[in-house]
Amino acid sequence: MKRLMNTFINFLLEPLSYEFMQRGMLAAVLVGIVCAVVGTYVVLRGMAFFGDALAHTILPGIALGYLVSGGAREPLFWWALGTSIVAALGIGTISKNAEIKEDTAIGIIFAGMFALGIALISTVRSYAVDLSHFLFGDVLSVSTHSLWLILIFGGLVLLTVLAFYKEFTTLSFDPILATTLRLPVGLLNNLLLTLIAVTVAVSLQTVGVALMVAMLVTPAATAYLLTHRLSHMMLIAAVFASLSGIIGLYLSFYLSIASGAAIVLTATVFFLFAFAWKKIRQK
Amino acid sequence: MYTHTHHETNQPILDVSHLTVRYNGRVALEDVSFHLHEGERVAVVGPNGAGKSTLFKVVAGVLQPNSGQVNIYGSRPLGHVCIGYIPQRNQVDWAFPVSVADVVMMGRSAKLGPFNWPHKKDWDFVNHALETVELSNLSSRQISQLSGGQQQRMFIARALAQEAELMLMDEPLSGLDTPSQEGILNLLDRLKKENVTVMVATHDLEQAASHFDRILLLNHRLVAFGNPDEVLHTENLISAYGGRMRIEPAGTMVVDDCCDEEADEHVH
Repeated sequence: MKRLMNTFINFLLEPLSYEFMQRGMLAAVLVGIVCAVVGTYVVLRGMAFFGDALAHTILPGIALGYLVSGGAREPLFWWALGTSIVAALGIGTISKNAEIKEDTAIGIIFAGMFALGIALISTVRSYAVDLSHFLFGDVLSVSTHSLWLILIFGGLVLLTVLAFYKEFTTLSFDPILATTLRLPVGLLNNLLLTLIAVTVAVSLQTVGVALMVAMLVTPAATAYLLTHRLSHMMLIAAVFASLSGIIGLYLSFYLSIASGAAIVLTATVFFLFAFAWKKIRQK
Repeated sequence: MYTHTHHETNQPILDVSHLTVRYNGRVALEDVSFHLHEGERVAVVGPNGAGKSTLFKVVAGVLQPNSGQVNIYGSRPLGHVCIGYIPQRNQVDWAFPVSVADVVMMGRSAKLGPFNWPHKKDWDFVNHALETVELSNLSSRQISQLSGGQQQRMFIARALAQEAELMLMDEPLSGLDTPSQEGILNLLDRLKKENVTVMVATHDLEQAASHFDRILLLNHRLVAFGNPDEVLHTENLISAYGGRMRIEPAGTMVVDDCCDEEADEHVH
């Protein structure tokens, strides 16, 4: 029994003896918490497609940064952040004024920008490897510098949500009430779009653009099934997202599967369990 | 603090003049003028698509008119936080993860100002509002677990917590059973004692006549506005409902105006 216990502890501790695993775990947990909290509003406001589109739309920005900096990883965060904020506010404006339906407009922009990103990256000879890192993430190569950026910007996002919690909640539940209370509705909407944009930039290295929407939506949706309170939904989502990050990285380590995919798959399994649990309880 | 305008109390609580609103080229409201005094209860009556919701949204400052203007105590609605808009129940996301008390507390958002969390005073407002609408015992329920009448009362409590002086209620009675409708109407009587001015869109001419001080008959244009006996004349009703109404030999008028859950409305 004792031996089994020791084996299990070793199983858990061994990956943590590598510094890249420690940094990766920390990054995955931080990103998970930020995505879960912001994702709560994404789920409640039905913005999943917007989040997915936004993540894809920043690829040309990252590609440009990648070409300009000659393949260096450090500056890419700033390129991602800049593109993401511009794209979020841009999509917000276009979708309001479009002659065609909002989701169609978003679809056209997102696919076009994504294609532009791929085209730019494909001008570099070794593009396949780098492209796959942008698309699917590479949390195990997170540097200490990147970790600090995640901590600072992720922290800013969480503080902003805390500061405007009642305004965001009122606006999400009943925009007409927000207007009759004379809350600055346009400003708050743009602030929320900006928060989603910063979250996307912060999460880039962990899950990549293609899997980003899963981090925004899946833990929050899991929590949505399990609680009737918004604050609890944020907390439960953060717990599931953190667990997904940790379990996902162990899976990645022992089964040699891509880290971003392992994290997202773990989050998806949590969702399916919550879904099944709820269905059984309703019977 | 978020902005709000002070009241010129020598001005009427609501003054609507020459209001015209168009949606995609179609006229929703045309040259509508009237004014309300404090504490009045007004039923806004008219066929579906007559512009009742549009009128409420313009009065609340949610929608801008093409021409004409709305004044609340002598100034435009956009500066005022004293207008409570109570939405139609089918426009609400009932699965939203909030409790009854959470929703009522939302009414305090403006008075609280940015970066503030509810103080004891705000909870007092919320608890008092919940007592007034008799929902204190359900305050921690998720909102989808309420009955239709309770949901409507929750929104009235939210407007009370907002310290609304003018409440606009869009079809608060439709789809409710008779006891629930009675509950809401009794609540409106209590609001009158607190000097709250109330505008209610309704389909039920009988209730409009028996429970409201004045009736505003609307069909894009203002057809008539006054005491129930003055307004509910055959001539006015024909001009408001037109082909949707027929007069039976016994002198009974039948308004055939289908809405969500109710079929026909009968007027004697």
